[in-house]
Amino acid sequence: MNEAPKLNSFKAGPDEEGRFGIFGGRFVAETLMPLILDLQDEWNKAKSDPTFKADLEKLGAHYIGRPSPLYFAERLTAELGGAKIYFKREELNHTGSHKINNCIGQILLAKRMGKTRIIAETGAGQHGVASATVAARFGLPCVVYMGATDVERQAPNVFRMKLLGAEVKPVTAGSGTLKDAMNEALRDWVTNVDSTYYLIGTAAGPHPYPEMVRDFQSVIGQEAKEQILAAEGRLPDLVIAAVGGGSNAIGIFHPFLDDEGVKIVGVEAGGKGLDGDEHCASITAGSPGVLHGNRTYLLQDGDGQIKEGHSISAGLDYPGIGPEHAWLNDVGRVEYVPIMDHEALEAFQTLTRLEGIIPALEPSHALAEVIKRAPKMGKDEIILMNLSGRGDKDIFTVGKILGMGQ
Amino acid sequence: MTARMEKRFADVAAEGRPVLVTYFMGGDPDFDTSFAIMKALPKAGADVIELGMPFSDPMADGPAIQLAGQRSLKGGQTLVKTLELARLFRGEDQHTPIVLMGYYNPIYIYGVDRFLTDALEAGIDGLIVVDLPPEMDDELCIPALKRNINFIRLATPTTDDRRLPKVLENTSGFVYYVSMTGITGSALPDPSLIAGAVERIKSHTELPVCVGFGVKTAEHARAIGASADGVVVGTAIVNQIASSLTEEGRATDATVPGVEALVKGLSVGVRAARLAAAE
Ligand SMILES: Cc1ncc(COP(=O)(O)O)c(C=O)c1O
Repeated sequence: MNEAPKLNSFKAGPDEEGRFGIFGGRFVAETLMPLILDLQDEWNKAKSDPTFKADLEKLGAHYIGRPSPLYFAERLTAELGGAKIYFKREELNHTGSHKINNCIGQILLAKRMGKTRIIAETGAGQHGVASATVAARFGLPCVVYMGATDVERQAPNVFRMKLLGAEVKPVTAGSGTLKDAMNEALRDWVTNVDSTYYLIGTAAGPHPYPEMVRDFQSVIGQEAKEQILAAEGRLPDLVIAAVGGGSNAIGIFHPFLDDEGVKIVGVEAGGKGLDGDEHCASITAGSPGVLHGNRTYLLQDGDGQIKEGHSISAGLDYPGIGPEHAWLNDVGRVEYVPIMDHEALEAFQTLTRLEGIIPALEPSHALAEVIKRAPKMGKDEIILMNLSGRGDKDIFTVGKILGMGQ
Repeated sequence: MTARMEKRFADVAAEGRPVLVTYFMGGDPDFDTSFAIMKALPKAGADVIELGMPFSDPMADGPAIQLAGQRSLKGGQTLVKTLELARLFRGEDQHTPIVLMGYYNPIYIYGVDRFLTDALEAGIDGLIVVDLPPEMDDELCIPALKRNINFIRLATPTTDDRRLPKVLENTSGFVYYVSMTGITGSALPDPSLIAGAVERIKSHTELPVCVGFGVKTAEHARAIGASADGVVVGTAIVNQIASSLTEEGRATDATVPGVEALVKGLSVGVRAARLAAAE
């Protein structure tokens, strides 16, 4: 077959100004602008530097444990009686989630830039743990901002961060979740511009972060594509991932964006339902606005004040979403759907019992959508899901809800 | 530049002293009290008023202004009401320039055109929008300048000579020099460092340069005012308001007089600035 050159690629963004359509951009205080421009320069240089690429690959293979396996979930597939279900096992990475892919990339940049201090925000604590880990590995002090609510519900990760030598600063402003942690990290950064590198944990924030984080996470989709071709000789019919800020999702989606036959679905946190305010479905139930350096879909009121979301999963508890997802939604390439707390909780248990894998609550949302869709698909069809993290951090939360005493 | 802003800076310069710019949060702790505060400011010696528009996520502000924003939002403040505050004030005072200060999202949601129309109608002279750097000028800065509303930019210690021209390009009214890298409410750095920075900016622009972030006392105002065209005081006023409130955050009889007394003191500071410098 003759492949015509693709004039209209879904992979072309962002433009020079960091825009994906109307989304993205650089909405930051002047103090940060020179830093963001420096970062962009350094990132552009690093991208074409073979040493940088080699360092990334070496650490990927020997420190993170890449490539992560592609696993055919045989018993889950049989139970659902439809499409074949494959998991991209990012939960087997060092530190237990996809977050480390991005952290390794960014800390190499921080080193190149001569920065001597790392700050990060975290929701579930997975990004905080990954940041604390790479900071330890590269010998840099690390401060992690974490909402006070999350400090409580993700206690095991707080302990891990502390063991790794990071300072965890609980943030009590707002509802004490990811958005508030990000505000506080930005305040730290504005204050300590000279020494500090802000290691953002998701594909959001001002340009170049959304692009940079996407590129570091795209290793997920690139590997998965090769692996599924090796296993099945063809591409999947459906690719699914959970969306908080959107880094694991864009990482697995991006390499498939121009593959026409591949349907792509992002799963947002539907919380207790979209009727009230207790959800985090920024795309399904929000509207475009400007927060944390970029224009994107946000949960907000009529006065442009940002609402506090809710999700059972701390990692999805963010009232915004990365700007590339906002664009992919508007151009119709990716479909975004909500999954409720209770559905995610059920999926969590299903996977644990059927496959002996304890997933994090974040990818449990993606799994709940898989459980809905697989039975309606043919047995010859293929679903690829990003299993972005393991559930060790969530077992106490889940145990409490299920009334299982410890 | 609006005639009102230009005239005020010229008149004050003719007096041989720096301009006193005072910031407070609109609607803190409630609409009526903040209207009374706004009216009291020029009477106590403020030359320009910065009217804060509350935002749920004030990423460049320290705890004092964060809390002021929360009180204001809890009291039901909205952008519509902040504009109403300005309009009511303008009914009584046609000379004191008003600069709206805040974050972009509430303006974006209000709609840029509608916002500029309503701001002009309310007698607004300028805008400071923290999260709109020059790279984002098409959003609000250019439309505002077309409508003859000043767009006042922040310059910071990280704004080096390479970047300064870009920052100054579409700036009008005055340049707001943020005296340190940090959030509002931090400590004031050494005035001699500030004087150097003000000199540097002035070598690139004809616009007046006002200095803020960390100015708390009449003595600070005097020291900064020795080199700058204006002194901005924000957190000190916001703290003064906070300290006068009941435990539930309600205004008391001390709220407005407290602000008045503080601003009177600061105004003595700016009036002594050049005298001291001349010594
Ligand atoms: C395992 C896991 N998956 C997903 C997420 C959501 O983030 P993102 O949307 O950036 O992948 C998190 C965030 O903490 C996480 O820990």
